[in-house]
Amino acid sequence: MTHAGQLPAEPVSVEFVSSAAREGAAGEVLLTVDDLNVWFGGRNGVHAVRGVSYEVRRGETLGIVGESGSGKSVTSMAVMGLLDKTARVTGSVQFKGSELLGLKDRGMSAVRGKKIAMIFQDPMTSLDPVYKIGQQIVETLRVHDKDISRKAARERAIDLLKIVGIPNPADRVDNYPHEFSGGMRQRVVIAIAMANNPDVIIADEPTTALDVTVQATVLEAIKAAQQETGAALVLITHDLGVIAGMAERVMVMYAGRAVEFGGVDDVFYRPRMPYTVGLLNSLPRLDVAEKERLTPILGTPPSLQNLPPGCPFGPRCPMHVAECNAAEPELRTVDGTMPHVAACIRAEELIGQDRYEAGQVFEATSADAGLAGELAAGALAADVSGASPDEPADEPPEPPVLGPPSGLGSPPVPHPPTDPTAPGHGAHE
Amino acid sequence: MTTPGTNAVAAPRVTGRSDDTLPVLRVTDLKKYFPIRSTILKRTLAQVQAVDGVSFDVYAGETLGLVGESGCGKSTTGRAVLNLQPATSGSVVFEGRELVGLSRRQMRPLRRHIQLVFQDPYASLDPRMQVSRIIAEPLVIHKLASGTELRRRVAELMKLVGLNPEHQMRYPHEFSGGQRQRIGIARALALEPRLLVLDEPVSALDVSIQAGVINLLDDLRHRLGLSYVFIAHDLSVVRHISDRVAVMYLGKIVETAPTDELFKRPAHPYTQALLSAIPLPDPARERTRQRVLLEGDLPSPVNPPSGCRFRTRCFKFSGQLNDEQRQKCINEEPLADNRDIGHPTACHYAAVQTVL
Repeated sequence: MTHAGQLPAEPVSVEFVSSAAREGAAGEVLLTVDDLNVWFGGRNGVHAVRGVSYEVRRGETLGIVGESGSGKSVTSMAVMGLLDKTARVTGSVQFKGSELLGLKDRGMSAVRGKKIAMIFQDPMTSLDPVYKIGQQIVETLRVHDKDISRKAARERAIDLLKIVGIPNPADRVDNYPHEFSGGMRQRVVIAIAMANNPDVIIADEPTTALDVTVQATVLEAIKAAQQETGAALVLITHDLGVIAGMAERVMVMYAGRAVEFGGVDDVFYRPRMPYTVGLLNSLPRLDVAEKERLTPILGTPPSLQNLPPGCPFGPRCPMHVAECNAAEPELRTVDGTMPHVAACIRAEELIGQDRYEAGQVFEATSADAGLAGELAAGALAADVSGASPDEPADEPPEPPVLGPPSGLGSPPVPHPPTDPTAPGHGAHE
Repeated sequence: MTTPGTNAVAAPRVTGRSDDTLPVLRVTDLKKYFPIRSTILKRTLAQVQAVDGVSFDVYAGETLGLVGESGCGKSTTGRAVLNLQPATSGSVVFEGRELVGLSRRQMRPLRRHIQLVFQDPYASLDPRMQVSRIIAEPLVIHKLASGTELRRRVAELMKLVGLNPEHQMRYPHEFSGGQRQRIGIARALALEPRLLVLDEPVSALDVSIQAGVINLLDDLRHRLGLSYVFIAHDLSVVRHISDRVAVMYLGKIVETAPTDELFKRPAHPYTQALLSAIPLPDPARERTRQRVLLEGDLPSPVNPPSGCRFRTRCFKFSGQLNDEQRQKCINEEPLADNRDIGHPTACHYAAVQTVL
């Protein structure tokens, strides 16, 4: 390993908080992230990542899922050393046992793109528009391997394009990025990522900008790249369906922390953290004939500058009790076929339930946070006073609700339809 | 300028019912071409055939889902229905009135009844207007309310969409994405429309928030007897909210069916590919699923393939048909016909195949 000499002499000692698949998975541990913290904007700034730990093994796919602002992208940017200098990063990121955090840019460059490669969300911005795609792949190859000839690098570029499924790679290698469609461009990015046979590929929302049929082919290309290189894949996405099809283990993030971590079947079929339960149940189901009302998670994610006391999911959680405010729950082992941890003091109460049974704690409401808070409290009277206790901390307290929330068949329709007896309503097949 | 597409065969009507009820909206052979002009000679060099002969009906209280991938013309169809972009040809009849060819002025009184909800709740609300003004604006423009009555209506509308009326003096940036989309919906409902065109109304929202907005749209439709044209690319959302679904590909509707029928018995190869590509949040099923993968890219709508527009990416065309059968795909445009399937499918070799 060329970069080994530049590593700090004393590696930071490692303690795993969630060494999930340590027993289960085969393959050597390639990337170990331990107690990673990221702050933006000084000590009083935003604590964007709060103690994230994971490890990935060769050939394995780890899914990281979370909604916007959950810290899933910042985590991977910190691992890659791509964050701005103003960001403060603590903890440990080890590649094959050697520490990456604190490496100077030069040392990091030897790892980045060679040992650990990254696929970004937007292929429009991750390719340089003024260079032919062949040149961009060749550059990646030659930066890390000074001995490779231009001709050999070009041959390799064509091979790579073939692996990711670009038709006529020998011709297409001389095209510019604008001559490719979005899905094709993302394949080029994948080809660049796998160019140096990396040990770890981090893919951050690799298919979010793409159409669903294109997404399917790009995911196939990522699988092909993983198979070809034997790399560990860290797949970051908000799409639970993509995780279900790609990952062996899943980490669910909320408010900058892992709140549930386990084998994909355990997390998807037997979620033990109410947030995961809510997330899975807020999706429309394609597998059942009759349509059920969806169950949203009320409210909005908390501001990272002003977290609620105790559990950050507390204000939105239908299982919230007073004890939840006492302290932020640690990840604790729950049931599962693989190591499975969840950060909820009431996780045990969910044991024995599948995701739909567990999901029944969520209300199938159409109301927004403020009104729904009242709903959950059962205080539906016309004149409710006092703010809802279930308020996200970044929102000012909600004033009293003036009337019944919408959509629950409440009597006066404040806004009558032009013709309430309009024909055909509900009479379609 | 030539009248484009006059020689094309009009597709048979794609309709959800056989009785005599008149639809709220009847779109017939709608076309929207965008000219590509040369900068010097101002001559039309070519036409982008964004929407090329689309026909559908929407009945009272019904939701028609319009799905397809980027560039298939679904949003352009929505805009042409609203006459925001004048149609090139065809007919859009709303409650018995022809909208194609109406001037902006003639359109204005009708705008009350057809409203649009936009995709991006960040871009569609004026950041310098308080929410009360945003929601009141349509009422003010149409001179339908003022003073106390206006304030009362705004408060009502906010309650209707699940927002707290006491927040009406706030600005859009003080609301979350889901709340902003509710403001957009309240604004669209202010004029008591009968038809809402919803263009990707939940795509910009996180899933946990999205569910609440979908429930809201469901409730409003039932309570207010609205009809929706629901444009989206997320098929699971479309399945949840729609009564019927029309699948678009490159400016044409390739298959239409009642929602359950379409998801259970898709007959057009494109629909099958689309459905098979949906990632399901179900690991065991994902592991065993067979995907129908499409080759290549969406062809340019400037110069679409002859005959069947899907043939360049069709797995049937490339893998299952013989040369003679292929000739038909190349030479003859498939019409949206029932073909013993039970619902209109624009494919010469349509066959039901369950993929979900």
